[in-house]
Parts: sequence; C-alpha cells; structure tokens
Amino acid sequence: MEKGKGVMGSGRRWAVDFSDNSTAPSSRDIPDPPGFTRASVDQDDSNLTRQKKDAEANWKAQKAWEVAQTPFKNLLMMGFMMWMAGSTVHLFSIGITFSALWQPISALQGVGKVFEPYKDNKVDLLGPKLLFIALNLGGLALGVWKLNTLGLLPTHASDWVSSLSPAQEVEYSGGGISLQ
Amino acid sequence: MAIRSFLILFLLFFLSSLHPILSLYEDQVGLMDWHEQYIGKVKQAVFHTHKTGRKRVVVSTEENVIASLDLRHGEIFWRHVLGPTDVIDGIDVALGKYVITLSSGGSVLRAWNLPDGQMVWESTLQGPKHSKSLLLVPTNLKIEKDNVVLVFSYGRLNAVSCTDGEVLWKKDFEAESLEVQQVIQCPSSDLVYIVGFAASSQFEMYQIDASNGELLKHESAAFSGGFLGEVSLVSSETIVALDSTGSILLTISFRNGKISFQQIPISNLVEDSLGPAVIIPSSVTGIFAIKMNAITMFIRVMGEGKLEVVEKTNHETSVSDALPISEGQQAFALIQHAGSEIHLTVKLAHDWDGNLLKESIKMDQQRGLVHRVFINNYIRTDRSYGFRVLIVMEDHSLLLLQQGAIVWSREDGLASIIDVTTSELPVEKDGVSVAKVEHNLFEWLKMLFFFLEGHMLKLKGTLMLASPEDIAAIQSMRLKGSEKSKMTRDHNGFRKLLIALTKAGKLFALHTGDGHIVWSHLLQSLHKSEACQHPIGLNLYQWQVPHHHAMDENPSVLVVSKCGPSSDISGVLSFVDTYTGKELGSLTLVHSIVQVIPLPYTDSTEQRLHLLIDADKHAHLYPKTPEAIDIFQHEFSNIYWYSVEDDNGIIKGHVLKSKCTGEVADEFCFDTRELWSIVFPSESEMIIASVTRKSNEVVHTQSKVIADQDVMYKYISRNLLFVATVAPKASGKIGCVTPEESWLVVYLIDTVTGRILHRVTHHGSQGPVHAVFSENWVVYHYFNLRAHRYEMSVIEIYDQSRADNKDVWKLVLGKHNLTSPISSYSQPEVITKSQSYFFTHSLKAIAVTSTAKGITSKQLLIGTVGDQVLALDKRFLDPRRSVNPTQAEKEEGIIPLTDSLPIIPQSYVTHSLKVEGLRGVITVPAKLESTTLVFAYGVDLFFTQLAPSRTYDSLTEDFSYALLLITIVALVAAIFVTWILSEKKELQEKWR
Repeated sequence: MEKGKGVMGSGRRWAVDFSDNSTAPSSRDIPDPPGFTRASVDQDDSNLTRQKKDAEANWKAQKAWEVAQTPFKNLLMMGFMMWMAGSTVHLFSIGITFSALWQPISALQGVGKVFEPYKDNKVDLLGPKLLFIALNLGGLALGVWKLNTLGLLPTHASDWVSSLSPAQEVEYSGGGISLQ
Repeated sequence: MAIRSFLILFLLFFLSSLHPILSLYEDQVGLMDWHEQYIGKVKQAVFHTHKTGRKRVVVSTEENVIASLDLRHGEIFWRHVLGPTDVIDGIDVALGKYVITLSSGGSVLRAWNLPDGQMVWESTLQGPKHSKSLLLVPTNLKIEKDNVVLVFSYGRLNAVSCTDGEVLWKKDFEAESLEVQQVIQCPSSDLVYIVGFAASSQFEMYQIDASNGELLKHESAAFSGGFLGEVSLVSSETIVALDSTGSILLTISFRNGKISFQQIPISNLVEDSLGPAVIIPSSVTGIFAIKMNAITMFIRVMGEGKLEVVEKTNHETSVSDALPISEGQQAFALIQHAGSEIHLTVKLAHDWDGNLLKESIKMDQQRGLVHRVFINNYIRTDRSYGFRVLIVMEDHSLLLLQQGAIVWSREDGLASIIDVTTSELPVEKDGVSVAKVEHNLFEWLKMLFFFLEGHMLKLKGTLMLASPEDIAAIQSMRLKGSEKSKMTRDHNGFRKLLIALTKAGKLFALHTGDGHIVWSHLLQSLHKSEACQHPIGLNLYQWQVPHHHAMDENPSVLVVSKCGPSSDISGVLSFVDTYTGKELGSLTLVHSIVQVIPLPYTDSTEQRLHLLIDADKHAHLYPKTPEAIDIFQHEFSNIYWYSVEDDNGIIKGHVLKSKCTGEVADEFCFDTRELWSIVFPSESEMIIASVTRKSNEVVHTQSKVIADQDVMYKYISRNLLFVATVAPKASGKIGCVTPEESWLVVYLIDTVTGRILHRVTHHGSQGPVHAVFSENWVVYHYFNLRAHRYEMSVIEIYDQSRADNKDVWKLVLGKHNLTSPISSYSQPEVITKSQSYFFTHSLKAIAVTSTAKGITSKQLLIGTVGDQVLALDKRFLDPRRSVNPTQAEKEEGIIPLTDSLPIIPQSYVTHSLKVEGLRGVITVPAKLESTTLVFAYGVDLFFTQLAPSRTYDSLTEDFSYALLLITIVALVAAIFVTWILSEKKELQEKWR
C-alpha cells in the first residue's frame, strides 16, 4: 500500500488548487475591481458563517445525543438475547454474557473517540457523554446480573466454602471387634 | 466456526451425560486389568493319565475347589468352586470318565464329566447321625452291570450307581455309636469291611456284601487302652492304630472276621522315649509311618503282628499313598528335606532297601516343607517305569516333579489371602553408569528395531491395512507394554506393590501392572516353633511409609499374628521390607493382641505409631523408642479406643489412664479406663456388623453444595461407628423367622463419647448386613422379609450446627470457625437423611472407591453373589433423590427416584470374568486424582483401574497422538500455502 501511494505521488504532473483564497492576504496583491467594497462582503460573510456555525453546532449536539442513545438499542438487543439464552450455563449463554460484558467495557474505553466528531467549543458534550456512560454502565450491570444468574459470580456462601477442607478433630479413637 | 461450536457443544454434552459408561471395548481387556486363577491348597489328587487323551490330574482343595489340571503345564482345564460350606471330603475317578466328589460333610455326592467338567448327576445322601464321611470307588464291583460308588456318611453306608447317582442300597449303622475309620474293599471279592471304634475303647468290624448291602458278619473286641486318632491300613485285613496315650502300637487284624490285637509298645522298637507318637495316615501295604516330635519312623509289619523299624530319620518327611504298578506290586514316594534340597525316593512296598528312583531337587526355601505327596507313574520308551510326583508345599504351592526337575509350579497360596495392603515401588534413580550403557547398546539397538517394527504395525492398524495376524501382534504388544510392569514408581501412581498375607503365613508382593510375583517370603515368625505352636496370621499394617527419605529408605509393613486361636495367647509382630521382602525383625510379645490401632502420628523416621491392646485391656505402644513415647505423651489425653464385644452385645469406650502398674510394668505400657458402654438388650438385639471409615480416606471438602447454591455441611468424623443389630431369632438363615419377629436396628455411634448420633429400625428385615462407611455416609445391605427382596439403604449425616454459616462477607473475610479443630465433646447437632432401595443381588463384599484428593465422585464396588464386582454410582444412593426432581436438582445431577437400584451390565468392573470365591475388595488411590486401583480377591485375583468420573485429568490410552500431530502439521502447511497464495494474488492485484 505504501508503495502504491508513492507511485501515485510521483505520477502527479500538474494540479489545480480550487480553494477559495479570495480572503487570503496573498490575493490582495491584485487590486479590487472598481465599485467593489470588501467590507460589506466581509460583514455579510461573517453573518452567514455564524449562522452556518450555529446550525452546525445544533446539528452536532443533536448527533451527539443520538450517539449517546445508541447503547440503549444495544441494551434492548442484549436483553432479548439474554432472555433467549436462558439461565443454564452453556456455550451460547456464556458467549452472550461475555459479549454483553465486553461491549460496554470497550465502549466506555472509547468514550472520547465516539464523541470526537462532535467536539465543538459551542457544544456541551457532557450531557450526551454522561448518558452514554450511564447506558453502557447499565449494559455492564445487565451483563453482570446475567453472569450472576448463570451462577458464575461468587455471591453465595457455597462459593466460598465448597473447597473448604474438613476441620481437624481433636480426639482420635480406634478399635473395633477384637482380632480373631 | 459453526461446526467448531457444535463440536464443543457436543463434547460438553458428552462429558456431562448422566450415565458415564464404564464398559470396555473388547481389545481393551487386559490392558489395565489382570486376572489370575488359583485353586488353593490341594487336599487330594487323582491322576488320569491314560494313553489316549490329555494327561491330567484332578484335585480337590481346601478352598473347596475341584479342578482338572493339565499335567504338562499345570494349567486349569476346568474348575468348580463349591460354596464355603460345601467342604469336599473325597474325590475319585470312576469309570475312567467321571470325577466323583463327596462334599458337605458327606451329604452331597456329585459326578462330573472328566473331559469338560460338566456335572453329570448329583444326589443328596441323608442319614441318621453325623459321622466321618468316606468315599470309596471300588474297582470291578458291579451290581446288575452297574458300577457303584460306596459312600459312608451320616452313619450310613450307601451304594450309589455310577451312571445316574441313584442309591442302590443303604445300610444304617445308627444303633451303635460307631466312629467309622475305614471302608475297605476286599480284593477279588464283593466283600467290604467297615472298621471303626465305638465308645473309644471298642473296635468294631462289619463285613458287608457289597452287591446287596447285607450284613454278613459283625465282630467287636474291646481294648482297654482306648484309641487315638488316625489308623493306617497296612493290608486289606490289617490296620495299625495307637492307644490313647500314644505309646503303644496296635496291629489289628480281622482276617476272616476274627479280630486279633497285637500290642507292641513303641519303647520296644526304639530305645529312647521321644514322647507321644502320631500315625501318618497312608495306605502302603506292609509299611506305616509314625511321627514322634521331629523324628519320623517307618515301620514294617511282618507276619504275625511283628513290627520292625526300617528307617528312623529326623529330617522332615512326607509319604505318598501306594500306587499299584504291576500285579501285586505297590510303589510309593517318600520326600525328605535336607537343607536347601529335597530328596525324592520311590520304593516298592515290599522292598524297603531297594529304590526305584532317587532324585535330589533344589527347592526354594520360601516354599517351606512338603506337606503332601501324590505319585503317578508312566512307562518310559524303554518300557521301564518312570514316576512323576505332585507335591504340596507348606506355602500351599503345587509342584510337579519329574526326572529330577520341577516341571511346573503353581502359587496356590494366593487363593487364601487374609489381608492386603499396598506399598510404593522404588523411585527411579537418575544417572545410569557408562558401563551399563555400553553393555546395553546392543540391547538398545534391538529395542529400537522392535520399537520401529511396532510403530509400523500400529500405522498399518490405523490405516486399516493390517492382516488378522498383524492385529493379533498389535494386541499382544499393547498387552505386554514394557512400561506397565516396570519396577519403579510412575508419574500417575498406577504402579504399586500389593502386599498380600496368605493363610499359609506367606507374604507375597504382586506388581499391579501385570500381577506377577515380585517376591514372596514365608514368614519365619509364622513358622511353627516351640514358643509358638499354632501361629495364625491376622493382619497387615503399613509400618513405615517414607516420603521425605523415599530415596534412601525402604517402606515396610507390620505383620500381626498370634500363637494360637485363643484370645489371651501371646502375639507376634514381624516387620518386612516391601522392596526386598526381607524380614527386618520379629518380636514374640509377652502380651496378647486383641486390637491394633494405627495412630495418626509418625516419628522422625516416618514409622507409624501403633497401639496394641491386649486381652487385659492394657495398651502397648510400638515402636518402643523414646521418640515415640514423646510424641505419644503429647497426644496422650486425646487418644481413645473402643471395643465391640459382639458375643455379649456390648460396645465399650476406653481412655488411656496411666503407665502400667504390676508385673508387666514397662515404659510403653499403659493402663486404660472404661469411659462409656452401650449395652444392647440381649433378648432383642444382637450385633452382626460394625463398620468405620477407612483411616486413610481423604475427604476434599466439608460442604455439599445443593440446588439453588445452598450449602449443607457434612458431619465428617473419623470417630464414627456404624453398628447393625438384629433380633437374636433372626440371626439365622433367611426365611426361618416371620417378618413380625425380625428387625434390624442400625446405630451411628461416636466412639469418643459414646453418643448415639442416629438410630433407625427396619422392621421385618434381617441380616446378613454388609456395610461401607465413607465421608459422611454409610450404605448397608440387608434382606427385607416383607418385600422378599434385598435392600440397600443410605444414611447421610449433616452437621446442623454449622448450617448458619451463610454470610458471604464473613466467609470472604475468613471470619468463620469452619476450619477450627472440633471436639466430639462439643456435641454438634446433626441431622440425617436416609433412603432405601431394592437391590437384586445378595452381596459377598462391598467397598467404595477412594482417590488421592477425594474430589472425584464415588462409586460403590459391590461383590455380587455371582463373584463379580459391580460398580454402582453413589448418586443412585442419594437420600435427596425424589420422584420428580426440580430443574435445579436435575442440574445438580439428582436422579429421579426409583424403587430399585439399576444394574447396568456394562458397569461390571470384572467384565466377563469371575473372581471365584470372592472375599474382599480393596481400593487404593492412584496419584492421578481421577483414578483408583481396585483389587478383588478370593480364590481368584482381579485387579483393574477405575475412573468413576472418567479420566478427566489425562488423555485416554487410545488417544491418537499421531492424529493430533498430523492435524498440527497439516494446519501449519495450510497456513504457509495460503500465505504464499495470498502474497501472489496481492502482487497481481497491484500490477493491474
């Protein structure tokens, strides 16, 4: 792949820069046409961009909330799967449970990444993030609950005493029917 | 992926399937098990060496076995093991095709077909009173063209037809108090003499016409001196007896119905008096033998009642019966011991000084003395007579001597094992010397060759290219397996030594791999001696089991025996090294032994402390070392002992009091004091069984997790005793009492405090009771008279005082008292659960599997009446079984309750074999947790390995390593090929 990129780079002979550099200072070398006042355009332009930015921020905030809610669907899905898996320990139920545990954990690890595209100083991401975390924690709790119902968590007395060796006896007694 | 998960699921299902099948494939028989057939000490032997057909010898033994042995190799052609009460009184061959046996005190007469051992007929003989039973197969005696067998039993003489077992005539001798001694057939006539003693000083002679049973003559003569023991027949009309003091020889002649006595004091024959004499029973014409202390004398009977001593020897001597060789000539064999050799002499009866045969044979000292001799002749190619002799040794082994050599030998002492214990094998020592390697290079190359050849064969087998011969070769190679009979310890602990003490006082070490005898040792301490007249071997105990010094110290066993049948006779201890079989030492004790208690303490040399209780209830500590006494003093107040006195129905608990006082005062003797006693009312209860846990049993856990994650605490105590009592009326055979008169009461008793933890009465039930105690449960087997069936019951004991230990946090933090030492005096509250089931078989023995850590689930090993060993999962005897178990209980593995226990034919651990005369089953844990070693003994021996929960910790023997290797190689190859292919493809993509 690296090689391929190299080939393409060296094969470039010419290029057109389509970027609008009308506002760039470098384009100021060319004088404005007569009757053109840059100031008004600049003003208009800034108005327009502000509006645009607001819209974008709104959109981002909205998207962030949407993203924050995605684990909910997952949660329902997981719940359904768990119900399907039943409460006996076998391969399927274990697989489901561990995926139910793994998904929220991996999601929580990548919380920053998930909300990266919506990062904006105008957008408050705390709310969506908290929701996202809460929902994932909910998923995790569901997974743990499932693990418990499968009996894989040491929450019972039996889990702690099942390998407890018998207590020593103080007295020793032997004997029986006399040898014939 | 889908296939893989399916496979794993399938595997899980397979592993968790409810009925683990224990059965073997046909080709697995003999891989881990071995079976050895024995017959016991031979009592009587009859040769059958006609020109046609195979040469054989028919023997009857003290283990009530009749067997036909191959005279060439000593192998068993056929064999019948009669019941323990069916003692064989006599055997003979009739008509040249039937083996006639008289057994059960003369009440059962059977005929067996000689070639194949099928029973031809059986007849039951009754009579007015008990008497000695004698069997006589007369030659040429015919009643209406029917050959007859004469049987004297129960005071009655019966003539029985040879062909169908019908009683042709019978003659009672009930009026007289006759003690019959001999039934003698007159040669060349149909007359039969019956001679015996009456009222201890009367000699009686009856002459009977054998064709119709008519009494022809009855004579009697009184002899004031009385008679002693056996008589010896010196001719068809003369017998020799001893008077009651054993000092006068009586020659009794009854020629033509006239009785005449000839008295000759033994002192007339020999100058020095040697104490009372005993007649060695034999039937050689004109010669008889007597024994006085260690001196054996052969005495010839001359005409007119004159006697002449022909030989006097102080060597141990045995004599065979007479063997007619040609008309009027009789030969007999004589065996004398001389150091490490035995001298075999064959003489003619009328010619003492001439020898037909004289041979010296080197004899293993460990076989002891010759006890019985049986002689047989054959005609050599040069038309002279050759003789072969079958001898029975002190250790019960059977040997055939011919032409000055031992042709074959059988170790039949192993048919009467008293006790078995196990011992580890030596640890494999590293570093083989160079010389050995050089020496073995050739051997090694040979081995390599065999190894390669073997692998080629195996490969053929797996590829299904093998011919039937190849398959047989593969099978024999699998069975031989050089690994399994190696003389060193193995990693899995499958290779051990089984140390067996036999009735003959011989100790055998058998290798668990293939059952071969590693060493055998006739114990000197169990040899008859001045101090110890009738030594009886009692038990075996593990004396020293080195773990820390396993490399440089050998384990040893303690053999406990006593000098006679009474309880207050002095005991004998001997210590035997289990690697070499050397007797390290023996002690003839001043005190008796009624109990041996191995204590749970060992000294610094890892010798186990043993407490021996004598008849006066003194406790003696062994080994007698200061160190032992130090250890013992430390635990002094915690050592108790109990005695079950089954004859008067009392169980007593005792505690050690102080050092002995009085005449037997020594540092290692302790007085004991009675602490408690349980007296069973003698009119309603009689002890018939008592069982405790095996002292070396390992229990993994004290808790039992039941459905819904709940926990129950087992009541695990070594000091629990199971006792079963029955109504005294019902102690007899099944069917002699009504259900109303019969009951069975079982008790669980704490042997420290005497507290009865549990008591349950089974009304309408009776013994015999067989029980096994393990962990916190006891399983017992008895007969239910109401249901007319055998039943098995289980009792499980749980500790209720621990039941409230349910707080998880306390358990997590370790704030509980579950592991603190417990005392029987704390009297914990217990609850019991029990259940009963019908069981089809009656039992001979019962045992339970034991494993190294006690994690593996248990199986009961049931020695059935058919002499097989059946493995029954303990889960079938679970008191929590119910008719409709809940889902959770099902998951736990509880089987729905049924009224009877299933007998799954595949779960016979002895598969198609029988352990004839089964008497005991022992289990020994292997090092591998899943596996236990099982040894069943009786007349036969059987050994196998069992894995009650399958071999979850090792790959099975038939695991295909080759397949695994091939799969790995194939996978690696596939990875490489696909990698190369993908590289190529990618390159092509890029060039596009």
